[in-house]
Amino acid sequence: MLAGKSVPAKTIEVCKKCTYSEIGKAVEAANDYDTVLVRKGTYKEVNILIDKPLVLKGENYPVIDGELKGEIITITSDDVTVDGLFIINVGTSYTVDYAAVRVIKSKNFLIQNLVLEKLFFGIYLEKSENGRVYHNNIIGDAEEEYNSGNGIQLWYSKNIEIEQNIISHVRDGIYLEFADDCIIKNNISSNNVRYGLHFMFSNNDIYSNNTFENNGAGVAVMFSKEIKMYNNVFRDNWGSAAYGMLLKEINDSEIMGNTFQENTVGINIEGSNRITYSNNDFIRNGWAIKSRGACYANLFTENNFLYNSFDLSYNSKLNDNKFEKNYWSNYAGYDLDKDGIGDVPYRPVKLFSYVVNRTPEAIILLRSLFTDIIDFSEKVSPVFTPDNLLDIQPKMKQIVHDRN
Amino acid sequence: MIEIRGLYKKYGKNEVLKGVDLAIEEKKIVAVLGPNGSGKTTFIKSILGMVLPSKGDIIMEGKSIKKEWKYRNNIDYLPQIANFPNNLTVKELINMIKDLRQKKSADDGALVELFKLEPFLNKKLGNLSGGTKQKVNILLTFMFDSPIIILDEPTSGLDPISLIRLKELIDTEKKKGKTIIITSHIMNFVEEVADEIVFLLEGKIYFKGSISELKEKTNQPDFEHAIASILTQSYA
Amino acid sequence: MLKILKYSFYDLMRSRWSYVYFVFYLVLGFVLLFLNNNVSKAVITLMNVIIILVPLIGTIFGVMYYYNSKEFTGLLLAQPIKRSLIFLGQYLGVALSLSMSLIIGLGIPFILYGIFRSDAIWDFSLLLITGTFLTLIFTALSFNIALSNENRIKGFGYAILLWLFMAVIYDGIFLMSLMIFEDYPLDTFSLTATMFNPIDLSRVLILLKLDISALMGYTGALFQKFFGTNFGMFLSIGILILWVVIPAWFIERKANRKDF
Repeated sequence: MLAGKSVPAKTIEVCKKCTYSEIGKAVEAANDYDTVLVRKGTYKEVNILIDKPLVLKGENYPVIDGELKGEIITITSDDVTVDGLFIINVGTSYTVDYAAVRVIKSKNFLIQNLVLEKLFFGIYLEKSENGRVYHNNIIGDAEEEYNSGNGIQLWYSKNIEIEQNIISHVRDGIYLEFADDCIIKNNISSNNVRYGLHFMFSNNDIYSNNTFENNGAGVAVMFSKEIKMYNNVFRDNWGSAAYGMLLKEINDSEIMGNTFQENTVGINIEGSNRITYSNNDFIRNGWAIKSRGACYANLFTENNFLYNSFDLSYNSKLNDNKFEKNYWSNYAGYDLDKDGIGDVPYRPVKLFSYVVNRTPEAIILLRSLFTDIIDFSEKVSPVFTPDNLLDIQPKMKQIVHDRN
Repeated sequence: MIEIRGLYKKYGKNEVLKGVDLAIEEKKIVAVLGPNGSGKTTFIKSILGMVLPSKGDIIMEGKSIKKEWKYRNNIDYLPQIANFPNNLTVKELINMIKDLRQKKSADDGALVELFKLEPFLNKKLGNLSGGTKQKVNILLTFMFDSPIIILDEPTSGLDPISLIRLKELIDTEKKKGKTIIITSHIMNFVEEVADEIVFLLEGKIYFKGSISELKEKTNQPDFEHAIASILTQSYA
Repeated sequence: MLKILKYSFYDLMRSRWSYVYFVFYLVLGFVLLFLNNNVSKAVITLMNVIIILVPLIGTIFGVMYYYNSKEFTGLLLAQPIKRSLIFLGQYLGVALSLSMSLIIGLGIPFILYGIFRSDAIWDFSLLLITGTFLTLIFTALSFNIALSNENRIKGFGYAILLWLFMAVIYDGIFLMSLMIFEDYPLDTFSLTATMFNPIDLSRVLILLKLDISALMGYTGALFQKFFGTNFGMFLSIGILILWVVIPAWFIERKANRKDF
């Protein structure tokens, strides 16, 4: 450290005809706070270890080809920047999670403008803090869950910002385990084998303005609390186990301004309490919300439920959640006093959704006159559905959200 | 020449025709008579192919009419009840039948004149009276020049003048050498026009011959009584 | 046959009922669109209407037309025209004029509203296609009923029963059997049972567009194949065509064997 401060930071160039034709060698030779500038070209290297504060910068996207031999860049020091590289062919293994870039027990890092292709794990942060993963493009070629890795993975990390990344065709787009106080913003995670975003045991995180599209199972948020989810888009997640979002054991969180469009299930909720769902749009989902029980003291307000096959499905006769002032496109009531609120409460749970829960094949009778008749009779005198499960102030007009 | 060979027809258990053999010669007017339910209409409809015989055959111009339809080009038929699509006008109906028969030479103009149908031409059929409908019905039958004419109760609903016109029409057609088959309840009418009588009773031909032969057979001075005597005999 | 079709069609195009039917759809279309101001919602409501009402109208209209034009049919039968063609012509005349009322009646408000500029255009076209199929099918079935029943009260009765059975009772029995046999794999059964009811079949065809997200939630392999690929669409349309052709063929057969 002392030596580093006495010598002014210099730039070391790497290219075919430079003093250093290998990145690894250049990094090794660099002093603290130097910049290693990699010129355009292809470098066949693995196991580049950055163990000192350093800027590793590519010019015009030089290619680092790992030839499937193992991990490419490993960072074990604070204050490291990796910028502008095209990394391909990360090694695949069933025993070691090789990553394109791994950060271990480090602080104040910046990983940006990387393009990762043919990878196993992409950017793997373990036990690290105060970093930023910005504007990377991760394109995997994963087909099965068991032999693929995640795009961006956080494990026991804190205060990380993940912004403007585009991730596709990996196992989980973004995976957080024991990661607290993180901000996940403006990312696009699509076409991944499993989850677009996967959250476990991570608290006080915010994710906003992300798009999660056509992922094998959508987004899973599990065993976490105080999560804020704002203005994200969850779209086109189809399949028997696919959800826009899967919530399991989530408490004290806010879900606001999100759009859930054309998913088999918009939100699947299990054992989640004290969550506020507001100003969300649920558009043309199979089930807008599927509640699997043990959900208490949740509030659903000012949401738009538009043309979903089922607005809500419940599997118990008990209800401790509140539905207020939502707009339901299936609402057929009237508003005589013209205050914008329907004069008749809306019952979002149809009897037929119970039938389908029990006998899934019955879905083929959706929208038939017979099911309309049984739904109607249930609406008139509820026998199977919770009596108090209703929106007593259904809006007459679609709610216009104010999103910033 | 129309030849009917061993014609049987059953509706369910109800046997209406029980073996009718008959040859209808050309250029004659034949009246098919009989009490209600004797099988007159069934008989006529068999010739037209509207009723399918249970047994037996009908030969026209040497060919069986089974599963044929083109032979109907040679027949003009006046049905018993005149009921037409209510939303068509008389003119449209005439044009339509002409169109369906694909015969260029139809004599509808003269017939319209004859039955004074001019004012009705642009009226919808649904708005016409029963008598006027029957006139239209007659017009449709006689406007073509086919060798065989079948008239099922042609007199029903006609006023006396029209009745006279009808007789004149039949007369003209006969002179043209047509074969005409008529059913009617009006004995005067039959006596006036028919050359030959076929009397159907319980599905069989009870009598076939001229009116004078009938009178002779029954020993009755006039035609109406002759018919009545057949009926009383058969019911006795 | 084309001539008969032409005249039946003209006849019906002038009847009061065609206009009532046409105006009904016109008003329905305008009300749905301009009161709700929302194409998606209108399409969903229309689907319910089409699946229930079109078969009902097709059945009743078919029976009614047959009985009302009986004497006229008699007149035609005496003409040199092939028998089966008379009935097929009349059938098509009724079915096509009903379909026209449907298509034009709904088409006008939707075009005025700007359906061509909306992404609901495919859903809407599919609605019209299934509506046309249902008209063709139920008119054919009603002609069969009418041809088999001289007594028009009976004919009307059977026609209403047919509709009631297909629209409601069938699905009731269907759902009951699904729930009774829920321990067995049922996807083959449920798809087959759907094929045997044209109303269900049309409904499923529309579900493929409106509710595909929900349909994909079921795991059965056959379901996945049926709903997840074009297979379901093609098969449904194929079977719907059979549902038109077979009853139409029965009309021909019945007509050829009947006494008038």
